This record gives sequence, structure tokens and C-alpha cells, in this order.
Amino acid sequence: MFDISPTEWTAIQLSLRVATVATLIATPLGIGIAWLLARRDFWGKAFIDAVIYLPLVLPPVVTGYLLLLTFGKRGLIGGWLSDHLGIVFAFRWTGAALACGVMSFPLLVRPIRLSIEAVDRKLEQAAATLGAAPWRVFLTVTLPLALPGVLAGMVLGFAKAIGEFGATITFVSNIPGETQTISSAIYSLIQTPDGDVAALRLVLVSIFIATAALVASELFARRATQRLHGN
Amino acid sequence: MLRVDIAKKLGDFTLAASFASEGRVTGLFGASGAGKSSLINIIAGLLRPDRGIVTLDGETLDDTAASVHVPPYRRRIGYVFQDARLFPHLDVQQNLDYGRRMNRLTEDRAQHKRVVDLLDIGALLTRRPGQLSGGERQRVAFGRALLSRPRLLLLDEPLGALDEGRKLEILPYLVRLRDEAGIPMVYVSHDAAELRQLATQIVMLKEGCITAFGGVKVLSVSSEQRG
Repeated sequence: MFDISPTEWTAIQLSLRVATVATLIATPLGIGIAWLLARRDFWGKAFIDAVIYLPLVLPPVVTGYLLLLTFGKRGLIGGWLSDHLGIVFAFRWTGAALACGVMSFPLLVRPIRLSIEAVDRKLEQAAATLGAAPWRVFLTVTLPLALPGVLAGMVLGFAKAIGEFGATITFVSNIPGETQTISSAIYSLIQTPDGDVAALRLVLVSIFIATAALVASELFARRATQRLHGN
Repeated sequence: MLRVDIAKKLGDFTLAASFASEGRVTGLFGASGAGKSSLINIIAGLLRPDRGIVTLDGETLDDTAASVHVPPYRRRIGYVFQDARLFPHLDVQQNLDYGRRMNRLTEDRAQHKRVVDLLDIGALLTRRPGQLSGGERQRVAFGRALLSRPRLLLLDEPLGALDEGRKLEILPYLVRLRDEAGIPMVYVSHDAAELRQLATQIVMLKEGCITAFGGVKVLSVSSEQRG
């Protein structure tokens, strides 16, 4: 029962790699957008807000298909990227990371935005009167105080990325060793005769990863809160 | 010298103030809602006037006619808020050092020691703001503003959140600050007694307008009028 086969290992490793890369790239972007939404008023803000949350409410297969249309080899952006920069998303693990990043983005941005909104603007004003330019106020006051929310967003995004299925399989298919993540491996195994035991193994693995991520986030959040309030 | 001649509409309320001050401590006196905080927020650059000018030592900080607005972080004007506003994630030492770091000033140990001694906060340096009493917090806030080496220090009812006992604990430090630090101050208060002890010049505000300007004597005139 607990003999994990090489194919399953590959799927586990691929899932971890895809989710890690997606989270690490989405985080700085997410922090920037969360800050814009929390602290700035600009034309088209409601539109950006809606676009970010769209993957949460659209059927994942729709998001995956839209990614295929834009980032596929003949897609508007995908074609240009592969011609000029040699970056290919279609049917590669990088495409899986892109799909996971897009799908988990709303879950990543929301806690960060809420925690930035919760930072007392009076402290930011105080920092300005002490000579801190806006970007230094952000780095020395806003971001450290919003850190628990950033960590929460990262863990939530990571967990979503690990579990992503619909958009990924639509965009980059289910190729063992390249785009077959835990979720799509489970899907394949369920459809294979005698695949039940292997599927169950992967189910246990994904439960383990999700639990570990939640425990880690709880620990981070507790430490960050202690550090911030100094008690 | 600080010169202010501004107008600002805030909801139904219009603030229109014009004064020039050369005093060491300019007391901004008035009841709550008279526009005192808005006026010093304009001096600090946190609030933009609808029209008018603000100059400090000949430098224009605001001039709406010429579209000049120097942002607060370039004004070198220190600000002590009623609610201290210490950074909760930094210890006292890091709070004190914040202004120097942001202004990229060289470290001046002697000055640091002078301020720490003046305010008696040497024993608090490794603590977090969450572990300080209200009076201690306010003393650290004075120190933090002073150590950014401002050209002018704004104090917005710095004793307002403290009880009588704490006020008496802090007042002597403020008198020392006035006499030893050599930085001109604008001191906002609705407490005439406090201003009599500290101010060298009074600007009296009532419902957004300046009603009196002059020495500390104007305070007694107003209290007689009211009595």
C-alpha cells in the first residue's frame, strides 16, 4: 500500500514544483496589486478587481481554455513569447505553473489586501513626517505590519495551486513527467482498472501536503503576530 | 520663521488662517473642532490647502498659485501626534533611529545620548511600544521626532491622551525641550494653563478663523471674556 511508484513520485514532485514556482512568482505581483487596490484610487479599479476574482467564479475549464487561446503556441501572447523569448507554456510544466498561478491568484491577493487595509494609515503618515518616501514607508512600515496576511495568502495560494485540476488539464493536458500533477494523476488512476490503491495513496499524499501547509501557515502567523506586537 | 496664509474647506467647515511666527514656541489655542489639527496637518504637508502659501525659513512649502506642494517626507518637519504612533514592530531604539535612517543622516552618538537623557528613556531602549505606558510612549515619540533633526517641531496635543498625573510627569521635559533643543515648535492645545507654561507666542483659533494673535497675555484676555 505505501510503495509509491516512480510515476507517482514524479507527479508529487511536479505538483510541488508547479505550486512553488506559481506561488513565488505570484506573490510579489499579488502584493503590488493588493497595495494598489487597498491604498490607491484610480480609473478602472473596479475592472481590475473583477478580473482578478474572475478565475474564482468562472468554470476552471473556461479559464484553462482562455489560457490556451492567449498563451498557446498560436495564441496572442504565447506566440510572441515563443518566437521572441523562446518561452513556451503549451503542454509544458511552465504552463501548469501559469494555470495554477492564475487560478490561485484571487485567494493569494485577498488576505494580503485585507491585511494592508488593516495597517493604520496614521503610522504611514508618521513615517512620512520622519522623512520616509512612499516606497520606503511601504517597505519599512506597511509590508512588515501586513506580513501575517502575506504569509496567509501565500499558503492559501499554494494549497489551491497544489489542488488545481480543471484549468491545468485543459491548458496543458495530462502528460506524465511533464504536466501530470497529483490531481491529474489521481484522475487517470481512477479511470484505470486496478488503479484504486495507487489513487488512494496519492489522495493521502495530498491530504498530508495540505495539512502541512496549514500547520506551517498557523506557525508563521503566530510568530509574525508575536513579533509585531512584542508581547 | 514660519509663515502661513491658507484656506481649506473641510465639509461644511472652512479653515482660513494667516499668521507669521518667529517665536520659539507658537501655541495654537482653541476649542476642539476649531481647526487646530487641520492647520498643523497643512504645515506638515499631510493636508493640502485649497489655496494659499506656507513658507518656512524663506523656503516655499506650499504655494497653490504656483502649484507648489512639497511632500511631507521632504519638509524636515517633525510631528508628535496625540496618540504617539510609534511603530509597533520596532523596538524603542529602532523607533528613535527611524528618522535618521530615512533621512540618511550620519549617526550622531552625542546627540542621541543628549535626547535620550533629556527624555529619560535610556532604560526603555530594548522594549517594544506595546510594553510602554502612555507617558513613556509619548516621551519616545518626542525623541523620535527630535532625532530626525527637524527644522520645526509640530506637537498636536501631545499631552491630550494622558491623565493629570502623566501630564505633570511630561511637562518638565517639554520645558527642557524648549530651552535646550533649540528647535522652533508649534504647540497645539486647548489647555490655556499648558500653553502659559510653554508658549512664547499664541495663535488663537475659533471656528476656523484666527481671533487673536500675540504674547501669552492673549490667553488671559480670552478666558476673562469667556468668564
